[in-house]
Amino acid sequence: MGVTEIKERQFNEIDKKALEQIDLLIKNSGMPIMRDLKTNNLLWVDVRELTQRFMIPIGRIYKFFDQLSKGKIIGTKCPKCGSIYFPPQDDCTKCKVSGLDVIELSGEGELLTYTIITVKPVSFMHYQDYIVGIARLKEGINILAWVNEKPEDVKVGMKVKVNITKREPEGYFTYELRKIQ
Amino acid sequence: MVDVAIVGTGHSKFGNRTDVNLQELAWEAVKQALEESNLDQKDIDMFVVGNAGGWSSESLSAIVIGEYCNLAPKGTMRVEAACATGSAALRIAYQAIKAGDAKIAMVIGAEQMHQSPNLVAVEMMGRAGNYFWEFENFGLTFPGYYALYATRRMAKFGMKEEDLGEIAIKNHYYGSFNPYAMFQKQIKMDEYMKSRVVAYPLKVYDACPITDGAAAVILASEEVAKKITDSPVWVASQGFKSGTANLSKRDDFISIDAARLATEEAYKKAKIDFENSWRYFDVAEVHDCFTIAEIMAYEDLGFAKRGEGHLLAREEQTYIGGKIPVNVDGGLKAKGHPIGATGVSMAVSIARQLLYRAHKGTQVEVKNGMGITHNVGGTGHYAYVTIFSLKKPSA
Repeated sequence: MGVTEIKERQFNEIDKKALEQIDLLIKNSGMPIMRDLKTNNLLWVDVRELTQRFMIPIGRIYKFFDQLSKGKIIGTKCPKCGSIYFPPQDDCTKCKVSGLDVIELSGEGELLTYTIITVKPVSFMHYQDYIVGIARLKEGINILAWVNEKPEDVKVGMKVKVNITKREPEGYFTYELRKIQ
Repeated sequence: MVDVAIVGTGHSKFGNRTDVNLQELAWEAVKQALEESNLDQKDIDMFVVGNAGGWSSESLSAIVIGEYCNLAPKGTMRVEAACATGSAALRIAYQAIKAGDAKIAMVIGAEQMHQSPNLVAVEMMGRAGNYFWEFENFGLTFPGYYALYATRRMAKFGMKEEDLGEIAIKNHYYGSFNPYAMFQKQIKMDEYMKSRVVAYPLKVYDACPITDGAAAVILASEEVAKKITDSPVWVASQGFKSGTANLSKRDDFISIDAARLATEEAYKKAKIDFENSWRYFDVAEVHDCFTIAEIMAYEDLGFAKRGEGHLLAREEQTYIGGKIPVNVDGGLKAKGHPIGATGVSMAVSIARQLLYRAHKGTQVEVKNGMGITHNVGGTGHYAYVTIFSLKKPSA
């Protein structure tokens, strides 16, 4: 199933209900006005919908996505001061150098903390509850990602490894944390 | 430099305010502040609107509010510092007066989050970290960010869920005496423990609600303040700092670095000793968007040693009569957290406390004549710490 279908499935019901409600309101009173269920207060139901999808420039760090799709996770390193950046960036804003070197990350580290998201944002509703963790890698940098383990197996301080995976059902490459057995 | 004082305060009822729109809500606070100070709109040199925005339909909120409140054509801007927006707005007015650019300035904090459906509000708050690296792929929610701090602290310092519960119980207790608070019902530990998990280990009762509300303060220069009132509340000092957008770029997950640094700045200016800071204040308003945030605030303000904030809660030392009363107006937890209004609401609470005008059941004993607000934006993205005093700062 592609993104279009997922979005349709996810929003169709909410959107359809809202549109039907506006139609009904206007039909009944000639105005898109309803009463709040809890307070009985009068509310104007906006007839103009705003949906937004951002276009985010990633050209300067495209190498990260290129390597990710080949199963590797990289950071960037400043050739002058040696600072390692993750998430990767192409500018060392400490010593004002650009065009940083690429370094492959070990992907191995220790889980610093985690949470289990049970009340999800609307655009994540189609996933099961997920665990978000932050791990400190051997290189001394932190990485935030889903921890793909059962909640009862997740502990602060456990050894973890970054794993490249496809995010389903959308089917794009991303990374996750897995427990090192 | 000119000393600056609060000469008028205004506060709307916080809650699900679908009975008014954003500008009508702001007017409730503006009108109260004008009446309290005996001033008229024509006396105000400039007004600053704290409104994080995005939830409500009007995007140029400062103008819409200015028009409705009859403040135009005075100069204005909308200020944003996430959940510390209100304190940032206060800073602009404070600095304008200090610089001699205005004699009387009004700060209006207003937010109407209920204009957006709850699901959209959850999404919008989650997007308020580093959007691309934290939200796009990993869908952190706002409780999720703070839950990462709570998990770390439980593992490292042996903090228990019940310690977080103590914060919720205290703030709901005081909220029950505050007619402006969104929640006016006290809660018990078993209700807290049974409440639904939103982002493990945080539960519904660890989280502040989605709220509509407005607050206003009028600031004046020393020269003008003395003519307007015989009970000015002076802005003694303010510290402000910023943190990283990426939560993963923080060093450890036991403290809000920006808040600690802002505190140090404010204390240095007011000549307050960090180790004994609690001895200087009669009351504190700290940013308890989640119970864990209040625990960290105790330490970042120097009220407790690092790793011992939850013990202060466990020993009930932050009730009135304890070591230092904190959030005795109910805090964000019970009073509510209308993002842009919160920092201004904190200033109103402290000013009214120092003047013995707090609501029955919430008034502290004023011995030192000083109070403090600690207002964090995002998950430690912004931090504003402001000290208020009955004594003129340069005296």
